[in-house]
Amino acid sequence: MASHLLDIEHLSTYFYTEEGTVKAVDDVSLQVRKGETVCIVGESGCGKSITAMSVMGLIQGPSGKVVSGKIDLEGTDLLKLNRNERRVIRGKEIGMIFQEPMSSLNPVLTIGQQIMEPLIEHLRMSKKEARKRAIELIEQVGISRAEQIANSYPHELSGGMLQRIMIAIAISCEPKLLIADEPTTALDVTIQAQILDILRNFREETGMSILLITHDLGVVAEMADYVIVMYSGKVVEEGEVTELFANPRHPYTQGLLKAKPILNQRQDELYSIPGQVPNPLDLTESCYFHDRCEHCLEICKVQAPELQELGTEQKVACWLYEKEATARV
Amino acid sequence: MSAVSGNLASGGAKTPVKAPVAKSSLWRQSIRRLMRNKLAVSGFVTVVFMILLCFIGPLFSPYSGNHNNLAMMNKPPSAQHWLGTDKLGRDILTRVMLAGRISLTVGFASMVLSVFIGSLLGAIAGYYRGVVDQIIMRIADLLLTIPSLPLLFIAGAMLSAWKVPTDYRMYIVMLMLSVVGWPGLARLVRGEMLSLREREYMQATIVLGLRDRRKLFHHLLPNITPLLIVIATLNIGGSILMESVLSFFGLGVIQPTPTWGNMIDAANNLIDFQERPWLWVPPGLCIFITVIAINIFGDGLRDVLDPKHKR
Ligand SMILES: Nc1ncnc2c1ncn2[C@@H]1O[C@H](COP(=O)(O)OP(=O)(O)O)[C@@H](O)[C@H]1O
Ligand SMILES: [Mg+2]
Repeated sequence: MASHLLDIEHLSTYFYTEEGTVKAVDDVSLQVRKGETVCIVGESGCGKSITAMSVMGLIQGPSGKVVSGKIDLEGTDLLKLNRNERRVIRGKEIGMIFQEPMSSLNPVLTIGQQIMEPLIEHLRMSKKEARKRAIELIEQVGISRAEQIANSYPHELSGGMLQRIMIAIAISCEPKLLIADEPTTALDVTIQAQILDILRNFREETGMSILLITHDLGVVAEMADYVIVMYSGKVVEEGEVTELFANPRHPYTQGLLKAKPILNQRQDELYSIPGQVPNPLDLTESCYFHDRCEHCLEICKVQAPELQELGTEQKVACWLYEKEATARV
Repeated sequence: MSAVSGNLASGGAKTPVKAPVAKSSLWRQSIRRLMRNKLAVSGFVTVVFMILLCFIGPLFSPYSGNHNNLAMMNKPPSAQHWLGTDKLGRDILTRVMLAGRISLTVGFASMVLSVFIGSLLGAIAGYYRGVVDQIIMRIADLLLTIPSLPLLFIAGAMLSAWKVPTDYRMYIVMLMLSVVGWPGLARLVRGEMLSLREREYMQATIVLGLRDRRKLFHHLLPNITPLLIVIATLNIGGSILMESVLSFFGLGVIQPTPTWGNMIDAANNLIDFQERPWLWVPPGLCIFITVIAINIFGDGLRDVLDPKHKR
């Protein structure tokens, strides 16, 4: 327990829209240990980004609100911090990279200037030191001609290069946790592998933890130690990566794994889970997956299952395993 | 040990030397595009010519601006006095050049001041929104709804009533002009800020944990610098015009300190107006040429710099 770097307990983040309340994140708990990579997977719209944004304190404004829960970073509840304390945590303790590197950098500032900013802000470096460090960082993310790159503007670089720069910025202050929200989704496959390599190397070198958000199970297999499967704002299954891939319990996880193309095993048609993600506005007191589920029981339509521990390092929220779980207790 | 660190330092120092070269490439591109616009270039050349004329010209003049010569009153242009003399026998050419110093300085200084106040308040209003925005923008609206000329007239009349010394009036006029100048600017900058702050890269700066001051001045302001340059340029023309109007009515900078505006005042006198055009045509032409040149140049700049007009 003590080795948890990040400990999210019963986090709920709602959006109050004109049509009604969107429970984007609904009672989510997850832990990230030191040096561990935790992947959050799930279809688009299931609340992965909002979970990350809640951790970062990016849910602001009139409509969105973290309504309950606790986000502990090394024992400090981030939700209880004031504005300034929160700001210091960002960038310094937690770094974050986004899906779209193109639009995440300021077009009128040079790459060098943008890497220097957090160094000057958090580590109190002088301009000269910061520039030197910025160039080192550019080299560390595998870009040659670092000086020249430092002097160029974002539009002069490719998407893959920019994502490396985003990583350089995010890790510049050596954060304990890096949150990467679909960092490779917008990139070519060849570049994807390089970016993942960089992330892995950094984790090994610095011992930082990574919270990686993706909808790509290939990325999960490549990177994760521990996997969290989300569906409609809830965690439906979680477990250690090999266990979860070998032995998926939740019908949704099974579907996801089935939908993943496998080499040497060409199917005529790729499997896809039937139906669609439910409208987040009219969620009822049921298992949100019940109408897409092959094994739907009567109880699934009227009551949502709780996340139950199943053996070691695996939890699932599904009525199919309810007996198994209770029998164990 | 110190030799090594010295070496390192000089090695590190080499990098920033290169920075401005590449950094200026965007600007250099803009300048090259500006150079292709003949009209804008001619405007710029004219402005530079007027500045040189006013600031260096008087040094070559044998006359001083305030030296009365009662023997030479109201003389038409001649070999000694190229643009003639006024009712106190002062050399018009010298006075026009000296007046230009004041008019250009007032125009430029009040521009700097209104751009400073306007962009600062506009940026703060647009960035923080909420109550701060409300307060700043309501004050700006108030100033915008009162027509600025009457407001300036009242302020000028107050200056006269309080017998403010002529030397100070120049500075007070600058202040007055920036007070009426900043609201429009603030509104523009605020609008830009409102749209900029929603950009994804500003979200990204939140993630970096930067201080508001850093976000505002290091990330947002550079984005509106081109726009500010354009507005600032056009603003100078406006300020010069305003100052001239005020001084023409004796409410801005007053005699004996010459400005283009108060020199045209001579045209108020019917005889001077009809018989002695050398008294009021030169300053009038100066205002006309300078303001037109600045505006033409400003429009050229806009074509090059303002992204909304670009491409
Ligand atoms: N500003 C918002 N207002 C209302 N609903 C939102 C807002 N942002 C996100 N949502 C909703 O929250 C849910 C989760 O979104 P998100 O976390 O971005 O999904 P993803 O898993 O693809 O990253 C979605 O159903 C989305 O409609
Ligand atoms: Mg997302």
